Amino acid sequence: MSQTHPRVIVVGGGLAGLAATFKIAEAGVPVDLFSMVPVKRSHSVCAQGGINACNKVARQQGYSEWLHMDETLYGGDFLQHQPPVYEMTHWAPRIIDLMDRIGVPFNRTAEGERDLRLFGGSLFKRTHFAGASTGQQLLYGLDEQVRRYEAQDKVNKFEFWEFLWPILDDEGHCKGIVAQDMRTMEIKPFLADAVVMATGGNGMVFGKSTMSVICTGSAATRCYQAGAWMGNPEFMQVHPTAIPGEDKCRLMSESARGEGGRVWVPGMKDSDGKWQPHPNSGRHPLEFPDSERYYFLEETYPAYGNLVPRDIATREIFWKCQEGFGVGGGRMVYLDVSHLPQATKDKLKAILEIYEKFTGEDPTEVPMKIFPAIHYSMGGLYTVYSEEEREPVPGDGEKAIGMIPGDPSNMMTNVPGLYAFGEVNYQYHGGTRLGANALLNCIFDGLFCASSVVNHAQANATATDLDPALVERVVQQEKDKVQKLMDSKGTVNPYDLHRRLGEEMTDACTVIRTEERMIQALEAVKSMQTEYENVCLSDTGMWTNQNLSFTRALGDMLIYAEAILIAAIARKESRGSHYRPDYPDRIDDPFQKTSLMKFVDGKQVLEYEDVPTPMVPPRARTYGKT
Amino acid sequence: MTANNETNADTKIIRIRIKRQDTPDSQSYHQDFELDYKPNLNVISCLQAIAARPVTVENEDVTPVVWDCNCLEEVCGACTVVINGRVRQSCSTLVDALIAEGTGTASEPILIEPMTKFPVVRDLFVDRTRMFENLKKISGWVPVDGSHDLGPGPVESPESQEERYNLSRCMTCGCCLEACPQFQFDGDFVGAQTIGQTLYFNEHKTGAVLKNERLEVMEQVGGVSDCGNSQNCVKVCPKEIPLSEAIAKIGRQVTVHTVKQFFTGKS
Ligand SMILES: Cc1cc2nc3c(=O)[nH]c(=O)nc-3n(C[C@H](O)[C@H](O)[C@H](O)COP(=O)(O)OP(=O)(O)OC[C@H]3O[C@@H](n4cnc5c(N)ncnc54)[C@H](O)[C@@H]3O)c2cc1C
Ligand code: SF4
Ligand code: SF4
Ligand code: FES
Repeated sequence: MSQTHPRVIVVGGGLAGLAATFKIAEAGVPVDLFSMVPVKRSHSVCAQGGINACNKVARQQGYSEWLHMDETLYGGDFLQHQPPVYEMTHWAPRIIDLMDRIGVPFNRTAEGERDLRLFGGSLFKRTHFAGASTGQQLLYGLDEQVRRYEAQDKVNKFEFWEFLWPILDDEGHCKGIVAQDMRTMEIKPFLADAVVMATGGNGMVFGKSTMSVICTGSAATRCYQAGAWMGNPEFMQVHPTAIPGEDKCRLMSESARGEGGRVWVPGMKDSDGKWQPHPNSGRHPLEFPDSERYYFLEETYPAYGNLVPRDIATREIFWKCQEGFGVGGGRMVYLDVSHLPQATKDKLKAILEIYEKFTGEDPTEVPMKIFPAIHYSMGGLYTVYSEEEREPVPGDGEKAIGMIPGDPSNMMTNVPGLYAFGEVNYQYHGGTRLGANALLNCIFDGLFCASSVVNHAQANATATDLDPALVERVVQQEKDKVQKLMDSKGTVNPYDLHRRLGEEMTDACTVIRTEERMIQALEAVKSMQTEYENVCLSDTGMWTNQNLSFTRALGDMLIYAEAILIAAIARKESRGSHYRPDYPDRIDDPFQKTSLMKFVDGKQVLEYEDVPTPMVPPRARTYGKT
Repeated sequence: MTANNETNADTKIIRIRIKRQDTPDSQSYHQDFELDYKPNLNVISCLQAIAARPVTVENEDVTPVVWDCNCLEEVCGACTVVINGRVRQSCSTLVDALIAEGTGTASEPILIEPMTKFPVVRDLFVDRTRMFENLKKISGWVPVDGSHDLGPGPVESPESQEERYNLSRCMTCGCCLEACPQFQFDGDFVGAQTIGQTLYFNEHKTGAVLKNERLEVMEQVGGVSDCGNSQNCVKVCPKEIPLSEAIAKIGRQVTVHTVKQFFTGKS
């Protein structure tokens, strides 16, 4: 392919990267698309539930784009910037229409309209879905459109290529990337006039999560070390019900509880009538009579029972296990649907099958073992945008502010020419993400901000002027890093170190975050960074070396972990998913602010930036709790 | 160790034999590894454990086994391998089931091999580019005018949606191709995956605009008539894609198309 400029590099072929590629290629600018896996296998395929948008039916019941925005801000505990959320929710119906037109098989009503389901954080049915694999279906739709441009040579795919480092010119503008072929191990520079990072989340920092194995956050961390800032890295969403596995935690959807599933742990009442951990809690669940089943959510929250909000359920389950109530004394509780009528079990078929497939146990007969798991990163690369006032429509608030379409700054990081789209972007979700808003934010970033990228690239098509010596320096830096790992004579096993990092982070910085424990973890992470200097590869060959790729990413995960801890320790309040028992309330003064992490001379520095609330003033996030 | 103890449930040791190959051109060989048994292990967990401690039963330090995976929940299609002679996903194959098949012991190790219908890159990692290239051949997309706001897509009945949804779950894993007697390493036949996807796009109202182009591909050498109807594909497809119906339907569409061409004289 001839190297015409302007051209754009997109790193990541999940929903965000594919949506961006689709739109940039359509605008006539060639795209080089990089991904560690064939883009059709990106993590976005895992999403099951759906994608939110105001729609004809909900609108007639009083719903609106404005309400969608309001719910999103309320859910996020008002930590996010409001104009991007305004723009996203107003684009949502058009995004669904486009996905529909490109052939995504959304479920249908009898009349042939798109079907809708209810989801957390809303009283309106505004979630569109395609069976139990909405993410997969959306991703395939966009993958197909990108393949169409690939067949016309407008998109050049680099699959099984790993992004290593951004190339910045003397003025600090991003002008390309250095990447490595994961098969031949060749390290090469690629020049472009704008670079879009769409590299997803960072669940692997916590060892096991509901995310895919390449979700290490290392691509974001590399940009961070090269000078891009991070926003709110401490905000990580924990889903209450996942199936713990040896290799990953698989999601067990909230609908199991919605349909009447009950959460319990084995227990015995002492002479005071107080529940105590069961002395023999590891025996087969069906051997516990009802009197030895402690339905702790129902007892603690008589009104909401098993359907308390996600973060509350998560904390309760976590606490019970810490008190020793977990199954077999471990970190698991039972989620039981075995008592439900057959018709209800049939409705849950799709998710129950996942459980059976991966545990070998039939959940219609035997209670499921579940535990909260890291699920989503609200934080990520820090980005900016340009805003403009809009005419509010009746029902909206007094002031409406959206984003200026096509403005080159939209979702650009502090590094000119470097953009962040999708889960790696810190925007939209603030303190917690509402279910089915992530797929929306990924596609929105890609479609809406593509014109920003194109405009920037066209106005700055100077990549070809780059000093070859500068490019060579970045390439050499990456080659040296590889050589250092290859030459290391240390004894530290990278997989062991990763397991320990995951255990430390999960224990210290997920559901309950105490200052003391986090400070301990920060020390531990720092000493792991020292240990990392002695890490030892078991494969030092230069052909399809996965050992090298993993170990390099581990170095980045150790840096990301430190950023998360620093920001979490400093945020002395509770907000959204960030729960501090020592500071149980949201404290707007001084924490109505983005945690801004900067990597300066090898040190991580925390600063804050105000988050204005121009449209919806913050209110207490109670969800009607009494 | 307990190498010759046959009842692994007692000893809690499982043995795994992996077919390895260092580069695309080198000779393959086998290596045996032993692991502690745990309940609910899937094959990927075993591969992860071997990657962390790549030491064979002969106590030899070797390079970690290379394999392909991502989602670990049978939806990305990456992790296809041949286990005990049967092609399947290593994430959703449970070791307990393999033990129940009588393998996992020293004399009958669990045997994990790469697929044979695709070039090996290294160890269990194969190159499936051909599957994605075939999607280009059949114009595997809905030819929309563009991304502008042109309102919703065509109204569709729930039945039609269900039919398309079932086809759309194909995760390009390649199981159906590995099991197919007609699909060859260097042959022309596109195999069941591509035929299923051809039907998927032909069934969409806007997708059908390119139906003739797709059927022309299906009419050629390597198209649907190369299928010998052995039904192996449908038996191994982890996503239960209705491949037999797809093959039959595309066969009929090709016939109609060919007859039309004959009468209209158009090619
Ligand atoms: C189990 C599960 C269920 C979910 N369900 C829902 C739901 O129902 N609704 C909803 O809205 N959200 C849901 N989410 C969240 C949502 O799926 C994700 O936020 C979203 O898919 C992220 O998409 P993305 O495009 O940002 O990144 P991803 O899909 O993660 O893609 C990242 C891309 O970047 C590439 N990449 C990464 N690092 C590198 C590198 N170094 N070099 C080159 N390429 C790289 C990868 O190869 C990949 O192509 C769910 C999440 C999980 C885990
Ligand atoms: S039915 Fe056709 S495609 Fe399927 S396995 Fe047999 S020959 Fe192959
Ligand atoms: S049709 Fe089935 S077996 Fe074949 S590639 Fe698709 S999912 Fe895999
Ligand atoms: S890892 Fe995705 S299908 Fe097995």
